[in-house]
Amino acid sequence: MEPATRLDNNHQLSIREMPYIVRWRDDRCKRCGRCTAACPVKAIEPAVQVQRVVQSEGPVPTPTSVRRVIQVVEQVTDMERYCVGCATCALVCPNEAIEPEMNIQHKLLHYKNKGGDGYKRGGRRNDPSISTLDRLKFTRISMLTDPALDAGRHEFRVRSLLGRILPPSELPLTTVDGKLVVDKRDKFIPPVREIFPIMIGSMSVGALSPPMWEGLAMGIAYLNEVEGMPVVMASGEGGVPARLLKSRFLKYFIIQIASGYFGWDEIIHALPHMIEDPAAIEIKYGQGAKPGDGGLLMAQKVLKLISKIRGVPQFVDLASPPTHQTQYSIEESVAKMIQSMSMAWGFRVPVYPKISGTQTARAVLNNLARNPYAAALSIDGEDGGTGAAYNVSMDKMGHPIASNLRDCYLDLVKQGKQNELPLIAAGGVGKKGNLAANAAALILLGASCVSIGKYIMQAAADCFGDEFNRCNLCNTGKCPRGITTQDPKLYRRLDADRVAERVVEVFKAADIELKKIFAPMGRSTELPIGMADGLSIDDKAMADRLEINYVC
Amino acid sequence: MCRLAAITSDKHFSPMENILALETMKEGNDGSGLGLTMKNLDGEFGKLKEYPILSGIGTRNGGRVVDEYMDKLGFELLHVWAPKTRKVKGVIPHEYYFARVYNYPEYFRYRSTQEKEDLLLQTRLSLRKLGEADESIFIFSFYPDVLTLKEVGDPLLLGEFFGLDRDEIKAKIIFAQGRQNTNYAIYLYACHPFFLQGYCSMTNGENTAFVPIREFLLSRGFPGYMGYNSDSEVFTHILHYTARQLKLPLPYYKDVITPLTNNEMEKRSDAEALKLLKQSLRPLCIDGPNCVIGFTPDGTCFMMHDSKKLRPGMVAGSKGKYALMSEECGVDRAIPSRDKSRDILPMKYDLVMIPPLAQEVKVWNQLQG
Repeated sequence: MEPATRLDNNHQLSIREMPYIVRWRDDRCKRCGRCTAACPVKAIEPAVQVQRVVQSEGPVPTPTSVRRVIQVVEQVTDMERYCVGCATCALVCPNEAIEPEMNIQHKLLHYKNKGGDGYKRGGRRNDPSISTLDRLKFTRISMLTDPALDAGRHEFRVRSLLGRILPPSELPLTTVDGKLVVDKRDKFIPPVREIFPIMIGSMSVGALSPPMWEGLAMGIAYLNEVEGMPVVMASGEGGVPARLLKSRFLKYFIIQIASGYFGWDEIIHALPHMIEDPAAIEIKYGQGAKPGDGGLLMAQKVLKLISKIRGVPQFVDLASPPTHQTQYSIEESVAKMIQSMSMAWGFRVPVYPKISGTQTARAVLNNLARNPYAAALSIDGEDGGTGAAYNVSMDKMGHPIASNLRDCYLDLVKQGKQNELPLIAAGGVGKKGNLAANAAALILLGASCVSIGKYIMQAAADCFGDEFNRCNLCNTGKCPRGITTQDPKLYRRLDADRVAERVVEVFKAADIELKKIFAPMGRSTELPIGMADGLSIDDKAMADRLEINYVC
Repeated sequence: MCRLAAITSDKHFSPMENILALETMKEGNDGSGLGLTMKNLDGEFGKLKEYPILSGIGTRNGGRVVDEYMDKLGFELLHVWAPKTRKVKGVIPHEYYFARVYNYPEYFRYRSTQEKEDLLLQTRLSLRKLGEADESIFIFSFYPDVLTLKEVGDPLLLGEFFGLDRDEIKAKIIFAQGRQNTNYAIYLYACHPFFLQGYCSMTNGENTAFVPIREFLLSRGFPGYMGYNSDSEVFTHILHYTARQLKLPLPYYKDVITPLTNNEMEKRSDAEALKLLKQSLRPLCIDGPNCVIGFTPDGTCFMMHDSKKLRPGMVAGSKGKYALMSEECGVDRAIPSRDKSRDILPMKYDLVMIPPLAQEVKVWNQLQG
């Protein structure tokens, strides 16, 4: 007997299983085909349907039934082509005839494991709830006990330091005729950079499209050279374009080395030709979005340019190992990697590690605190983004940044080293758009600087991604905005100049907003790192955990 | 806002001069307390200059505990002074006010000054600890030729209460603070001036950077960096830390608490050192708004502001006597006959210093170094 599955469409998914349902309006659609052409996942396709219409012609009603063939736009029910909700269709539709609608009943995770492989995607943790950072409030306001400062009138210095800072007792200073003189004999003075306390975090040239990376880089250069704001940007794993390595703009970039060492052959070869030192070197040990995983650049993004910068063949998956394979222990990591990187630039460049948020962060921190060459520690919390990772890593692995950072800072305070080893906090900064407030909250908890990634993609290049799993196609090379793709047909949609312009606007606005936060708290000349008495939260347990005030 | 009245002179004078200046500057409710620190003393302390004076107040029982403890350590009591207090409406007296002059324990008499200072500090802290919980002992200073009086109440009434108008106590440097406490509890240990191993300061204005500064000082591992019942105590400790521990000349105190911008620094001949100093002592930047008045162990008095200068002070006087005060009317009360055209209103880059015996005023400009 013939199985029933063929007869009643069993084993086919219904539209209700899909995370987004495409709402298409027959009456508004003019069948131009733009939506089906633009859909990055081919979740919609043109189809024909036979329609029965009752019609009447002539002066007297004479209804007759007519069957005719019409063109429609149909959503497919194949989970490999599920609608990601990016709404590119709505963007290109001239008649507002189509848009995706979120379906909270969806079963994406039940089915997105075809071929026995887990669901991979880009973006960040799909958790739209309010993060701890967004629950923190600034409650210490100078008013009558003392005058509040005026963000528009008083002189403000919103600057931070990146690099190992000598303890005051070890400063090589001597007094000659009442004046201090630096005595450089036999004393290593670590390099320290003065930077804006918000930096653009590591996003690689391969993960980002050429216009996106260029746009960010141009924005950074403009901020430094025209606006006088020392904003720096980290390169991510995978090298830096050779032209930039040899340019005077290199000083605004932090070059990352990760476990795949992609692009480092080219960087080392460019060393003799460099006319400026980079801002710093970041050694990536972990990433908040996917703790325990190495970098991953899917084959579809490894095109000619990327293969050249990274020194690899085209169209192969570039998976970095979860850890640096040449290292045996944390002690060795610190000793070998930090020192060899420092040595490559004659100890003129700060070198610091980046780890994912973890309960073991303090162990790493203490190891670094005892190494005089470690320039900082960057901690990337669970809300950090990525270009490609398993969904399970993104959604379920990792540590929130707030308490992780606070623990580390308080540990440094105990040792009296809170000013010696700057902490860089990342992961979810600006998740709900509150860039300056999130950054200020982390600074008050003890960060010297914060790092952003997803936020700048959203703010500067209109990335569709959000915490409702919208779009998140970064890993596929099909980014509809042209941000995370190497396909010229897609990335030509993105104008690098406009990205640069937005980067400048974002940082200038953040600068003003930081002042608007610091001014009423009476802080203007020095970044209020660790000024936890200015922070409060409306949850007693959280307040106790972070050692801040509880308010309600 | 607290009122500050400091006078430095080549002749001994009565603390009533400072108190009357405070009275002139008085505005509104002002009974949170009076603090007086006197250096280079005359009268019955004049002949005991090299011996430390233990200044404090407490209960009678607390006094006995002090006696026993000092005996146990081997300190030899040389002289006892107690103010002859009068009953004054509005002042709730403590049972016991004391200033006791001791000789060092025998085994310490020939030690270095630094060792002696450390012993005095440890002793003061131990006594403080003994009497802190039940408030039976408050110790304000334990140092040679320095006397401290503190009590809660209106400064003028307290002057009468302590009988300071009887001219028994005189000194060449007297710092007085009238507390107008608004943001912290009224508590004797929160009363300025604060004193630590020869360094003294008093401040007005709120210290918005208090918590990071306190954390930095607490983590230096120096036992004297404690207390912090007032956000202004850190100013004394920063002074002590920079001058005594790091051995930086006094003007660098200003470079630490109100650092120049990097561009401004470039013009200084010691720019390279300043840059390192600013980085390493970044948490000690005060951010203001504050006016800081202080003295160092040699008797140099100084005044400075933060860069916003929202708490302007004034230094004025004539050869032999200068006043450093938070308001001009206080100076007018203390030194009315002076050439007003020579009054100094320190600007944001200025550090005004008056060497001992008040023969001259030096204005050090931070931009010039």
